[in-house]
Amino acid sequence: MEGLISLAVKAIFVENMALAFFLGMCTFLAVSKKIGTAIGLGISVTLVQAITVPANNLILTYLLAPGALAWAGFPDVDLTFLGLISYIGVIAAIVQILEMVLDKYFPPLYNALGIFLPLITVNCAILGGSLFMVERDYDFAQASVYGISSGLGWALAITAMAGVREKLKYSDIPDGLQGLGITFISAGLMAMAFMSFSGVNL
Amino acid sequence: MAQTYRTMLVDPMVDNNPITLQVLGICSALAVTSSLKVALVMALAVTLVTAFSSMFISVLRSQIPSSIRIIVQMIIIASLVIVVDQVLKAYAYEISKTLSVFVGLIITNCIVMGRAEAFAMKNPPIASFVDGVGNGMGYGLILMLVGFIRELFGSGSLFGITILPTVNNGGWYVPNGLLLLPPSAFFVIGLLIWGFRSWKPEQVEDREYRIQTVEAH
Repeated sequence: MEGLISLAVKAIFVENMALAFFLGMCTFLAVSKKIGTAIGLGISVTLVQAITVPANNLILTYLLAPGALAWAGFPDVDLTFLGLISYIGVIAAIVQILEMVLDKYFPPLYNALGIFLPLITVNCAILGGSLFMVERDYDFAQASVYGISSGLGWALAITAMAGVREKLKYSDIPDGLQGLGITFISAGLMAMAFMSFSGVNL
Repeated sequence: MAQTYRTMLVDPMVDNNPITLQVLGICSALAVTSSLKVALVMALAVTLVTAFSSMFISVLRSQIPSSIRIIVQMIIIASLVIVVDQVLKAYAYEISKTLSVFVGLIITNCIVMGRAEAFAMKNPPIASFVDGVGNGMGYGLILMLVGFIRELFGSGSLFGITILPTVNNGGWYVPNGLLLLPPSAFFVIGLLIWGFRSWKPEQVEDREYRIQTVEAH
């Protein structure tokens, strides 16, 4: 249990998806102009991340890993090279299903998050979460915790960034730095602030 | 054809650079640039994937029904990335360890998808291939620039060969440790964008709020 809590804290603060690994940067920079939309996108990413990371963990353990197909009578088959294509397929399918379920059963939520869901399939944070799960050999419980907390960390970063940018647009910035340039530099300052968490040992 | 192959190749490098102007593919640009060698491998991998995926998608463009085009594009790109990943694992294992998940993330690199969707779906195969190479090289150019600055000033070497002998090894150069840490990539790219836009003022974004000077009465 303690291990899981420290994993969660680590994924939210120390190894923040957006600020330490630069995942999901395209959306991070494009959709962080208003706090409201940033929160909406943050919630959708957390939701999708919480489902896809454990789902891909199951796919890996029961279908792709060396010897995983023993239950089907193929103990020598190693399908790990198909990993990338299966993960992205699973992510695309889950996003599609989630969109339909939300539309049918939770219309208000769908209206709020609907526009972000298609964007999420190509968000590197989602695929990155699954790939880190594979690289670090998480088991199912760890994968579930990692999925939720890495999504939360991303949501936190984009919300904070949107807050900074809402103030930033009133300031007098040199012409060449306008827009993208200054956003990069403020993201850099935020990343430095987040680095101070790396001293936290659990 | 209105555009010659040469302009298609050169245009994405400066005037229409995927990173500084179109804001595509930033994730990996930041993460893999702490040394020049890794940046070079990544730039090559992205160029190859962009060029070949554009070509294959362009060959198939009249066969792909538009309702499922995203998923078809995704599968073509993912297959190419798997090839790159396996080749790297076989012939450059050390580098593939450093790149870790970022090779896989070429799949979601917006440059590849963006070119497939914006260019390859409407143009013949060879033009799409050249366009892919051009955009991959525009991306690679920024990657190499950032990698150059970070490795030279962060550890005093280029491609692992010492250029500025550091104090620790009896030289004179005190390395700037910040440049090896993640946040520095943001600063370097931010400043590069500033440089690019001062050089090409037409790329400057409009202000949302104009600052007015008020005359005193």
